[in-house]
Amino acid sequence: MLKIRNLEAGYGNLRVLKRISMHVDPGEIVTIIGANGAGKTTLLHSIAGLLRISAGEVLFKGRELRKTAPEKIVGLGCSLVPEGRQVFATMTVYDNLILGGYVQYKKDKQAVSRELENIYELFPVLRTRADQLAGTLSGGEQQMLAMGRALMARPSLVMMDEPSTGLAPLIVRDIFRIISQLREAGNTVLLVEQNAKAALRIADRGYVLETGKIILQGPAADLLENRDVQRAYLGREKIE
Amino acid sequence: MNSTLFCQYLFAGLTYGIIYAIVAIGFNIIYNTTGIINFAQGEFVMLGGMIAISLHAHMPLLPAIVLAVLLTMAIGGLIEIFFIRWLQSPSVLRMIIITIGLSILTREAALHIWGSSVRSLPYFIGNEITSIKVFSSRVSPQVFLVVGVCSVMVAALSLFFKYSSLGREMRACAANRRAAILCGINPRNMVTLSFMLSAGIGAVAGCVMSPITYSQYDMGPSLAIKGFTVAILGGLGNSMAAVAAGLLLGIIESFSISVLPLAFQDAIATSILLLILFVRPHGLFGSSAAARLKDF
Ligand SMILES: Nc1ncnc2c1ncn2[C@@H]1O[C@H](COP(=O)(O)OP(=O)(O)O)[C@@H](O)[C@H]1O
Ligand SMILES: [Mg+2]
Repeated sequence: MLKIRNLEAGYGNLRVLKRISMHVDPGEIVTIIGANGAGKTTLLHSIAGLLRISAGEVLFKGRELRKTAPEKIVGLGCSLVPEGRQVFATMTVYDNLILGGYVQYKKDKQAVSRELENIYELFPVLRTRADQLAGTLSGGEQQMLAMGRALMARPSLVMMDEPSTGLAPLIVRDIFRIISQLREAGNTVLLVEQNAKAALRIADRGYVLETGKIILQGPAADLLENRDVQRAYLGREKIE
Repeated sequence: MNSTLFCQYLFAGLTYGIIYAIVAIGFNIIYNTTGIINFAQGEFVMLGGMIAISLHAHMPLLPAIVLAVLLTMAIGGLIEIFFIRWLQSPSVLRMIIITIGLSILTREAALHIWGSSVRSLPYFIGNEITSIKVFSSRVSPQVFLVVGVCSVMVAALSLFFKYSSLGREMRACAANRRAAILCGINPRNMVTLSFMLSAGIGAVAGCVMSPITYSQYDMGPSLAIKGFTVAILGGLGNSMAAVAAGLLLGIIESFSISVLPLAFQDAIATSILLLILFVRPHGLFGSSAAARLKDF
């Protein structure tokens, strides 16, 4: 599905990502964990085309993405749920979702409303809030809206940037449960998280990113058991 | 003031007011998708009128107007593609200077093509002495055409932004450009489109007002200042408020003639603009927070 080789990217003179290589196979949940500032968002932005790659390659379904504009990448089936939700705050929940579907269904109204029905089933709360301005939703609802909007495009790969950040524990559980459901429905997910424990619990495989380098990788269960990971990212285990 | 005079002033005020509102909405459409104030907005109104007048020499009125509006839209789109599109996140000051430059350029081109003479389209219905009796005064049917066409345009725009997919996409770009990209929308195209739309509504206004107010190569700047005043008055980006503000300014101007010398008429808009900028920069209507939750 996604294959990255020796990717380098940064901002101006600041080199953030250093020779990143990783891959995501169809039907997997792959998680990237790492501390604040490790370069997780930078990595997702490089894949989504929001940031120019300075070296290396990104192959999506065998296709090189380096020269593809970000809005085209979405059209190819690679969607990003951005950090901090980024919903269209001044528009209704319904408008937000519909906008997510245009890229896939062009202006085919019927197909869009069929997809909308699927999203409402996955996130029932969005149906009850359909006519409300997105900016007036709670944090958790906004996160669901951002996820729903991305899923409206029926992406083959959906990337999520810290979906649980800033949410109450109960909502966090909901969000992770929905991500597991997505895999059961056949979706492929690349999940970036600071909440390493919860992410590794639902993921198949994981990568650990530290100051722009992948320092560890493997099956999620193994990473959960790994002493270094436990010490650095799974705070509670340190005490035990 | 007797009621006949009152009606005359009122209708004159409404006519100018709705034109100001259209210019203000033109500002808003571009402002919302780009954050730029396009000071060449008044030139679109001028171009619409002038092109229609030239075309009308060769064809009936309606096709001449339609063609003039389409041509002005094309010019608006081309201006964006050639002068705005390739700029990488330019500063606001640079954008202001560029659009003022474009305004001067367009005016000079118009002077070159059409000369400095005052022209006008014929009255759409009847002639300059045809009138409809309203209460005790007589009003030209063209006045109703201006107000009617502009009102329909405002309503159509509002429906367009609210319910059409393209309108939604343009609003999405205004609300959150990066998120719009992540929905597969190309914001550059939306910006081009917003220039075409602004040019189009300006051109329509330029055509319907031409029989009453005449068209001349240098009519743009004063319209732009009035439209800008109205846009600020209504709270930048809020087009429904712009209509209210436009009518308000038109009526204030019109009634001012009854107490002030004619020469002061233009100074009124400028004074109001300065006052608003000092006292309520987020506009007359609502709070600064509400101004951000804009209509379209
Ligand atoms: N727009 C930017 N311009 C300059 N530096 C940035 C920008 N965004 C992020 N950085 C820097 O890049 C590094 C990685 O940031 P980021 O990818 O956001 O990390 P994470 O998502 O893992 O918290 C940080 O050192 C950050 O300061
Ligand atoms: Mg981040």
